[in-house]
Amino acid sequence: MSTGRVSIRTDDFDLGAEVAALRQGDGGVGAVVAFIGTVRDRNEGAAVQSLELEHYPGMTEAAIEAMIDEAMRRFEIRAARVVHRVGLLAPSAQIVLVAVTAPHRGDAFQACEFLMDYLKTQAPFWKKEAGPGGTRWVDARVADDAALARWGIAAGNAADGAGDAPDQR
Amino acid sequence: MKVTVRYFAAVREALGPGEEIEIGGGSDIAALRDALIARGGRHAEALGRERLLRSAHNRVLSPEGTPLGDGDEVGFFPPLTGG
Repeated sequence: MSTGRVSIRTDDFDLGAEVAALRQGDGGVGAVVAFIGTVRDRNEGAAVQSLELEHYPGMTEAAIEAMIDEAMRRFEIRAARVVHRVGLLAPSAQIVLVAVTAPHRGDAFQACEFLMDYLKTQAPFWKKEAGPGGTRWVDARVADDAALARWGIAAGNAADGAGDAPDQR
Repeated sequence: MKVTVRYFAAVREALGPGEEIEIGGGSDIAALRDALIARGGRHAEALGRERLLRSAHNRVLSPEGTPLGDGDEVGFFPPLTGG
């Protein structure tokens, strides 16, 4: 398990070990919330045999670091960690982990959801599905733009005419 | 001035991982995209205005109106689908 707030890697992760490391030595933690995204065996009615994830090295890590900074500004949290896998993944495999510690549950739940909503449309990952009919790049979902809009941030990702992507600097 | 262009996902499959481009001073990302489209062929197909693409400037998501400088890195790619 690598340390730091962000890990982009091909190998799997262990929820228990990640949460233990995040909590370690911090007596101020009263709540831990973790989200794990996994590979479904069906998407939009079609069987999925594997999922291949590509990313923009360097940009991905910087983008997620900026998201964690923003989460720390918005919510009373102690620490956060994001692990995202890339490469070839089988159905049921773990894809992404977002874990947050906080003094109280409210901010922990909110920060975890905020980070996941942010990551969906603003971190440079692309998914390609393989099924019986061949391979196809997964389409971005307008619903994911809407999820980020709830936090007052214009995603400008899936929806055309929604304006360009926000500047994260 | 010279900029490094990087492609990802479906754009990478069509055009390769990237290339160095010589472009006039004062250009923005939109002008760079238009210059690439003007080459025709696979570039016109992969980067054409009928396609919804996102762009990055020096590894930060950035609108196409962002001005470019010598040595900058620009990424072109489809909408993001992580998580």
